[in-house]
Amino acid sequence: MRILQNASTRRALGLAPALGIIGIFMVVPIAIIIVFSFMKANPYGGVTPQFSLEAYIQFLFERNLMDKLVFNSAYLRIFGRSFVLALVTTVLCLLIGFPTAYYMSRQPPRRKNLMVFLVTIPFWTNLLIRAYCWILLLRDTGLINNFLIKIGLIHEPLTMLYTNFAIFLGLVYTHIPFMVLPIYARVEKLDFSLFEAAHDLYASRRQLMRHVILPLAMPGVIAGSLLVFVPCLGDFIIPNLLGGGKHLMIGSLIQLQFGGSRNWPFGSAVALILMAIVLLAMMVYVWGPGRKMRLEGES
Amino acid sequence: MGAVMTRTDKGNGEKRFAIGRFPGFATTSWLFLLYLYVPIVLLIIFSFNSSRSATIWHGFSLEWYLKAFANDDVQRAAINSLIVAFSATAVGTVVAVFAALVLARGGRFRGRGVSYGILMLPMTMPEIVTAVATLSFFTALHLEIGLGRVVLAHTVFCIPFAFLPIRARLQGMGTTLEQAAHDLYADEWRTFRHITLPLLMPGIISGAMLSFIISIDDFIITLMVAPAGSTTLPLYIYGMVRMGVTPEVNALSTVMLAISLLFVSMSYLIGRKTKSGRKPKAPTP
Repeated sequence: MRILQNASTRRALGLAPALGIIGIFMVVPIAIIIVFSFMKANPYGGVTPQFSLEAYIQFLFERNLMDKLVFNSAYLRIFGRSFVLALVTTVLCLLIGFPTAYYMSRQPPRRKNLMVFLVTIPFWTNLLIRAYCWILLLRDTGLINNFLIKIGLIHEPLTMLYTNFAIFLGLVYTHIPFMVLPIYARVEKLDFSLFEAAHDLYASRRQLMRHVILPLAMPGVIAGSLLVFVPCLGDFIIPNLLGGGKHLMIGSLIQLQFGGSRNWPFGSAVALILMAIVLLAMMVYVWGPGRKMRLEGES
Repeated sequence: MGAVMTRTDKGNGEKRFAIGRFPGFATTSWLFLLYLYVPIVLLIIFSFNSSRSATIWHGFSLEWYLKAFANDDVQRAAINSLIVAFSATAVGTVVAVFAALVLARGGRFRGRGVSYGILMLPMTMPEIVTAVATLSFFTALHLEIGLGRVVLAHTVFCIPFAFLPIRARLQGMGTTLEQAAHDLYADEWRTFRHITLPLLMPGIISGAMLSFIISIDDFIITLMVAPAGSTTLPLYIYGMVRMGVTPEVNALSTVMLAISLLFVSMSYLIGRKTKSGRKPKAPTP
């Protein structure tokens, strides 16, 4: 037991199991796909241990009949599509999430806690089930169409499932708690006397929002946007189930390379590009414009 | 406080409230909560439907629950899910306790920030990246350990979910009682066993429950990593959902929902009893 007296030994022993597990089963695997992305694909799955930049070249170019490289925007378009989808979802989440978070923060404590709880619960429920709920509602013989036909509003079912509308409905549905909670955490701590000061200085509601609340809530807005944007970018379950998988997303592109169409190096390269984008977004969050305000807010 | 006097006959509190009030915000919030819950409630209602059709109401029945429970594939998938969730939660929570003790109580030391970053890595990485990386790892090492693959992959992402509530609890509970025990000549082990651990328990239970739900609900990582024959409940449900909407899926989904609801509520209630009142929140990068 003598050895345990040493503080740094104890720290190392305490951290070793957790960091060891994550290190071996997460950091090493990421290192492996980095290596894979520089290898040649094995047509039977897996990789052939031979150095090659093919995976990264394939992302932007394809070989024509004369074996010359020609620019190919197909994969960039997939990235672009996922990007637009994630961006629109983020904006929609912000438009609904901000007023909700703000309203929640102004409620009496009991109701406030209840509302936070209600917003948190869906986060802990299965993603598939949440998507499935919407299939139940939206499909041609779904609950909404059945209801509308029954009350005589429509005669033919409306096509709602497998449309962009369904994708956005589902993406917002599954990601919005990530927007509401950080904004709420921020707005809830705002000093009410600032509102009073603004009011006493004859600020209109609009001015109060524009010049007092929004700037102070900005770190929460940025955190929430990031927490919605990043998972959305890699999501493929909702576009597949509610959008009918008509268009490839980054996530499904990666998944396919490790399944049916089997090009592991290319799949690894795409996964790493996605990871790089996410890390970049994180860095902007940690060191970017929100930083100063967060520090001020914490002091 | 109380510096602002009322300008109307209403009470001071109400007037103060009106200053920061915006038209439409309340409506948005309540509509938002409806949007969040109506689909879930409808799913639950229709899981008790007696009709073969999943979306036309005929009458109350438990038929689909019985059918689902009697299904061999469902039973196997449920057992797999439970084995994975229990193992991953147990290992993940224990190692998270040690890590939290070091990071919350170990003072400042070199590598603290990096350690924290690595602990949070499974939460911040897009799931599909983790999934294919883990698959590549198992394949590169020719690790054919069946369900063990799923357990290992789940243990990794259970760690941060267990860690956060435990650390929050440690930060909230202070060290006064431990110092008192020390003054009363309790040695380190006894202080830990009789003071720290019991005080930390709500955090540990809360963290374990969250890990359990995250594991039992996981889909993307399991989809990529699980070898044939290691189907878990979400994988099974996915297979069924792709075939179409059936009352059995309604029933199974409701059971999964009920498990999640039960665990989150318990985790919330246990966490709320603590003075610090810190609740586990959605992950933050």
